[in-house]
Amino acid sequence: MNQTLQSILIVVGVLFVMLNIAAILIWVERRMLALWQDRYGPNRVGPFGLLQSLADMVKIFFKEDWIPPFADKPVFIIAPAIVVATVLLSFAVIPFTPDIHVIDLNIGLLFFLGMSSLGAYSVVLGGWSSNNKYSLLGALRGSAQMISYEVFMGISLMGVVMLTGSFSMVDIVNAQQKMWFVVPQIAGFVIFLIAGIAETHRLPFDIPEAESELIAGFHSEYSGMKFGMFFVGEYLGITLVSALITTLFFGGWLGPSFLPGVVWFFIKTFAFILFFVLLRAGLPRPRYDQLMEYGWKFLLPLSLLNLLVTGAVVLSLK
Amino acid sequence: MFSSIRSLWIAFLHMFHKRETIQYPEEKAKLHPRWRGRIILSRDPDGGERCVACYLCAVACPVDCISLQATEDKTGRRYPEFFRINFSRCIFCGFCEEACPTYAIQLTPDFEMSEYNRQNLVYEKEDLLISGEGKYHGYNFYKVAGLSIGGKDKGEAENEEKPVDPRSLLP
Repeated sequence: MNQTLQSILIVVGVLFVMLNIAAILIWVERRMLALWQDRYGPNRVGPFGLLQSLADMVKIFFKEDWIPPFADKPVFIIAPAIVVATVLLSFAVIPFTPDIHVIDLNIGLLFFLGMSSLGAYSVVLGGWSSNNKYSLLGALRGSAQMISYEVFMGISLMGVVMLTGSFSMVDIVNAQQKMWFVVPQIAGFVIFLIAGIAETHRLPFDIPEAESELIAGFHSEYSGMKFGMFFVGEYLGITLVSALITTLFFGGWLGPSFLPGVVWFFIKTFAFILFFVLLRAGLPRPRYDQLMEYGWKFLLPLSLLNLLVTGAVVLSLK
Repeated sequence: MFSSIRSLWIAFLHMFHKRETIQYPEEKAKLHPRWRGRIILSRDPDGGERCVACYLCAVACPVDCISLQATEDKTGRRYPEFFRINFSRCIFCGFCEEACPTYAIQLTPDFEMSEYNRQNLVYEKEDLLISGEGKYHGYNFYKVAGLSIGGKDKGEAENEEKPVDPRSLLP
């Protein structure tokens, strides 16, 4: 097949699959959350309620798309697009199998870190342009949280990079042929998991949106599909972080050969998505200062220590 | 940290618990006999209306949803000319039932009374009256009240002695 055509197909395919996963995740999350809370969740629309996301989507498209007159209009409109765009761009570097990946950048991991930093703009600009004090509070919290958690998110991944000797995602997966990096990098994995939750501002670290204190925080002025975009972005973010954990620590497409690599990749990713939902079912939201303190005073030193020890071991084995 | 992991584990174990949801239209929740639902007007064992139109229920009602008009038949027996409950206002507190001296107004274990038109929630006497005695069997107010109405004079009620003649000295 023509090389260009193939890469275009992969790009379209990845976009299609990811956006559909984001839509289905709404249903998955509600069903799983209900399961863990002894409820049923949406089970009426279609088989097992599967068409619920479709119904929600139709509804949200027909909602009035209201821009408050006091909002900063261009910024208000662009903010929800940023989160979706940056997360979708990050999927470009995720290798689903050795052959199916949009691009194998030699700085793949850095590209992801850069894109997730840009994602913070969505929260900041969305909250700021809403011209609403709760939105602004949410945006401030969101930016502080994301910036501080980004620091050791990057540092926690450096152990993996050291063991591989490359920033390329394909190389990282190939380096896990003998042993998944979750074993030597268990501390890095835990830190990245926590930072990933904070980065996607999911519960229990959903402090920028905190329904009970900030009435949805940075997106309280949004309605219609703009509000939907924030949600699509959030679900895409969960998928992205789960896919990254799979790639970086759980051997990506690697697995026993009775299933194709892409299936292994999706099974592992889905397991982590379910873990994200379980977090929402099981944990309360910490106070804002607790979250920051936990980040700066505990996780940052821990990730630095992890970095030091990994570096020393890698050097001594050379 | 440990407590977080523990609570995650407990939430995970809930996967194997029975679900609490009652799938409503197919499955119905058990309603107890004293459940306060749709209001009815009952009849006495002889088939007459129990309501004597005393207005106590209308007075007791905290949301003023009961309205009625008292009238009398030829024998002097009181009954409501009309009896109207606006169920779009009713809060199902049961005060009317508590206030009723004749067990006429009663609340029943039924809540499925949705309507598309709000006006249909105003129930008239025909809608409220049932043919039975409701929760209190065998009670007939006019059979125990010392009131002379058609076919029953003073002193002829159950457990009632003959009226005393105040002008007579004889016991």
